[in-house]
Amino acid sequence: MDHIVIIGNGIAGVTAARHIRKNSDHRITIISGETDYFFSRTALMYVYMGHMKLEHTQPYENWFWKKNRIELKTAWVEKVFGTEKTIRFTTGEVMSFDKLILATGSVPNKFGWPGQDLDGVQGLYHKQDLEQLEKNAPDNKVCKRAVIVGGGLIGIEMAEMLHSRHIPVTFLVREDSFWNAVLPAGESAMVNEEILANGIDLRLGVELEEIIDDGSGTCKAIKIKGTGEIIACDVVGLTAGVSPNVSFLKDSDIELGRGVLVNRLLETSVKDIYAIGDCAEQREAIGRRRPVEAVWYTGRMMGEAIAQTICGNPMEYKPGHWFNSAKFIDIEYQTYGWVSGAHQPEFEEQFHWRHAKEMICVTIAYHKDTDVFLGINTFGIRMRHEIFDRWLHEGRKVDEVIMFLKDANFDPEFYKLHEDAIVKHYNQQREKQIKPVKKSWKRIFA
Amino acid sequence: MKAIQHIGIAIFLVGFGIFISLPFLGNFKLDQKSFDELMVNQGIKSEVFIQDLQAKIVGKDFSGITPLSSIVAEATEKANAIHTKNKEWDKKVYASDDDLATAIRKEAGYGFIPENKVLMWFLTFGLGILGALMFIVPQVVTLGRKGIKNNGIYHQSSTNRGWIAWLVFIFLVSFYLVLYFQSEYAVNWTYLVDPLSKSLNGNPAGHWFVYGFMYCTVMTVMAVRMYIKYRHNKYQVLRTTSVWFFQIVFAFLIPEIMVRLQLSYSKGYDFKNAFPLDYDFFFSWNLKELISSGGLGLFILVWGILLTVVIVPVMVYFFGKRWYCSWVCGCGGLAETLGDPYRQHSSKSLFSWKVERWLIHGVLVFALVMTGFTLYGFFTEAHVVLGIEVQSIMNIYSFLIGAIFAGVIGTGFYPIFGNRVWCRFGCPLAAYLGFVQRFKSRFRITTNGGQCISCGNCSTYCEQGIDVRAYAQKGENIVRSSCVGCGICSAVCPRGVLKLENGPESGRINPTEVLLGNDVNLMELLNKNK
Repeated sequence: MDHIVIIGNGIAGVTAARHIRKNSDHRITIISGETDYFFSRTALMYVYMGHMKLEHTQPYENWFWKKNRIELKTAWVEKVFGTEKTIRFTTGEVMSFDKLILATGSVPNKFGWPGQDLDGVQGLYHKQDLEQLEKNAPDNKVCKRAVIVGGGLIGIEMAEMLHSRHIPVTFLVREDSFWNAVLPAGESAMVNEEILANGIDLRLGVELEEIIDDGSGTCKAIKIKGTGEIIACDVVGLTAGVSPNVSFLKDSDIELGRGVLVNRLLETSVKDIYAIGDCAEQREAIGRRRPVEAVWYTGRMMGEAIAQTICGNPMEYKPGHWFNSAKFIDIEYQTYGWVSGAHQPEFEEQFHWRHAKEMICVTIAYHKDTDVFLGINTFGIRMRHEIFDRWLHEGRKVDEVIMFLKDANFDPEFYKLHEDAIVKHYNQQREKQIKPVKKSWKRIFA
Repeated sequence: MKAIQHIGIAIFLVGFGIFISLPFLGNFKLDQKSFDELMVNQGIKSEVFIQDLQAKIVGKDFSGITPLSSIVAEATEKANAIHTKNKEWDKKVYASDDDLATAIRKEAGYGFIPENKVLMWFLTFGLGILGALMFIVPQVVTLGRKGIKNNGIYHQSSTNRGWIAWLVFIFLVSFYLVLYFQSEYAVNWTYLVDPLSKSLNGNPAGHWFVYGFMYCTVMTVMAVRMYIKYRHNKYQVLRTTSVWFFQIVFAFLIPEIMVRLQLSYSKGYDFKNAFPLDYDFFFSWNLKELISSGGLGLFILVWGILLTVVIVPVMVYFFGKRWYCSWVCGCGGLAETLGDPYRQHSSKSLFSWKVERWLIHGVLVFALVMTGFTLYGFFTEAHVVLGIEVQSIMNIYSFLIGAIFAGVIGTGFYPIFGNRVWCRFGCPLAAYLGFVQRFKSRFRITTNGGQCISCGNCSTYCEQGIDVRAYAQKGENIVRSSCVGCGICSAVCPRGVLKLENGPESGRINPTEVLLGNDVNLMELLNKNK
């Protein structure tokens, strides 16, 4: 029986622990300084918005850990001694391990902006960030305006959060359109509209120059690069992406790149030390994936894979077809396969359909020459993961995907469906005569 | 908009304040003629009782809070003691103190309230409805753009078990206690709806008519709230319409009109109320009445049996128990309208689930055993079966389950324990439908592959206390006997993970080890027992 120590109690670390427990009798210890119990990081926003309490974001009841013999330790790790197989906590206490899994997640990026460490300036990643935001922006009397810097998923979430408490928000986005490195132009434009429709002051193509001190170490305004415009604000949200949380490993014997460098077995450069989730960096990117994937699902999948390896069944991390989801204020977004944003590869063509009135649109990517379906993005329409996974696996042609689109719809019952309109538009665009086929349970469960 | 809402709250509170002060107000005085008629109508044959009560009541002024039932109780006790001693069994008084007191009070009321019924209706119900709508309708704007808007639910006293929630709790519990056990104090309320009652069924209103009318009113006003809150979600809009329709037409109008038409079956009948929720359907007095009421009575008898034995389970097979519990049932109707703001309070702990399974199945067994006793008693005309008095079992069930559990706890506890306490822990019909749903049904909540982010919105807003996330995050469909298919988990899911649907039975239950999205070989290796 080995002692498996996992640093980090996020989705990656906890998934690994659960699967190790299912498959072995190893002693398991999860260490976190952030919280005693695992919670869903993606749900932090709902706590601030009053949809839930923090306890509701905890997927397992507190007795779960003891019952499954997963020891929890609340502490911060200061240093890892790979060859000695020990870790040292900030308290000076030392713990030894047989195998160590690094699942330490990310930290918000700071790009050296003047004033970035002032009071009132914060990211949104940890539970402590939530507590700080509750303190900095409890309502629109204490926080008369907030400025958010960085147009990604956390940025728009933070804008939505503050908006829910009626705090005026200015949202600085460096790109010309929201998240357009990832989203195709039509979709990105629709999200811009959604942000503006909610009364959020969206500034596109705008960069931060500095955050201005009120003289007491607290932010009082920001200055925009180029125009020099000053915007008074009580809170600045820094949401320009995240980076692997690996600074505590800087002078350890573990090889680092941006994150902890791992091979496909998720092994680091030091024997018996592994890294999973946001903090891991693949030495070679897998397919069209990035070497560092800071996504809930990939953290979970790495956790599932590493558990097999730890339990004597060496298993490479071999993710299947890419998928992801998000919600942009009131618009749900799902993606399956690859649909490119601004930097579209030369072989990719896209078909785009948008509803005349509602915030609903679909983009389907296919190979220019072979017509093979590459991926789909949907906004305001839910799609079946299993169907698209299967279609991608089978290498279907785009015409076939269009024809059987009704099989893939996952919207709640009685919703108005848009497949007919989508197919009609596709036929017009590509001069085809495809007839949409009725949904079939038989095909769905094939 | 905010101003309109604040005025609305003020108007609502005035109406509500008048309503709850009514039991303490009013004048009551019974003259000799009315008293004599009342005694005849109530079938009282005891001269001792009549003389005693006459001396204490007739011609005397008493107020809203004078406890008439204790005066009646005293007289009953005294008279019955004498009749028992003299073996004058036919003279004994069997009517309940509370019923008699209520009947007396209804006859005895005079003064402003019974003389200004329409005005008083407006000052209570009217202001309440108006104020509530003034608060609710502006939400079209104040909630923001259409979508899930649960902002602030855990910040507000009313929806976060704060002092407002506790006041609502105290009101609801007291209201049910008055209705079930102290109905004489509801008499002033009955005057308000006398005109409506007379126009519907031809008789003055009793306290159950007040309750029925209030139930419909509350459901209607809160249905408006549902339409606004979930206006982006057609499933919710249609479901709300359905459950509202069945309450107004089947539970309220049809039974009243049946009474009005003076049909052979003299009571109203709620055609959608299935046994064993309708627990007294097989009580011998009901069976006797049905059998002796000609064609209509027999039709109701056959329909009632068919409903429980064939229609309900077949429909559950095709659509899940939601077709009844959240599309048709009256208890579900109130839970899905008045109860919606409290849905997040149902406990999701494993412990609660254990309690739930013992309780709800216990009530089902209780209902079935009781029905066995009453049916045996009916066919053999025995009052005592296996040494137990049949009537006493019926009384215990009516009191414990019918009144305390379904009413006082079931609705009274909304603001604290969530809106489905009765449906989850107590309803014997729900337990029965649950078996069908769990073991033989096409209904499931499908989990969308690996898309769950474990955020917890689904579990938090599940009114039945199902830990939906526990299944969704494992990529597993939700097939649970307690699910009433309200569809809110699917609505609040930010990632499009959940869908209520009816489909083939095979693959409905799909435990998985590794979620969709990972290595195909790993998934095949570990999910092979699927």
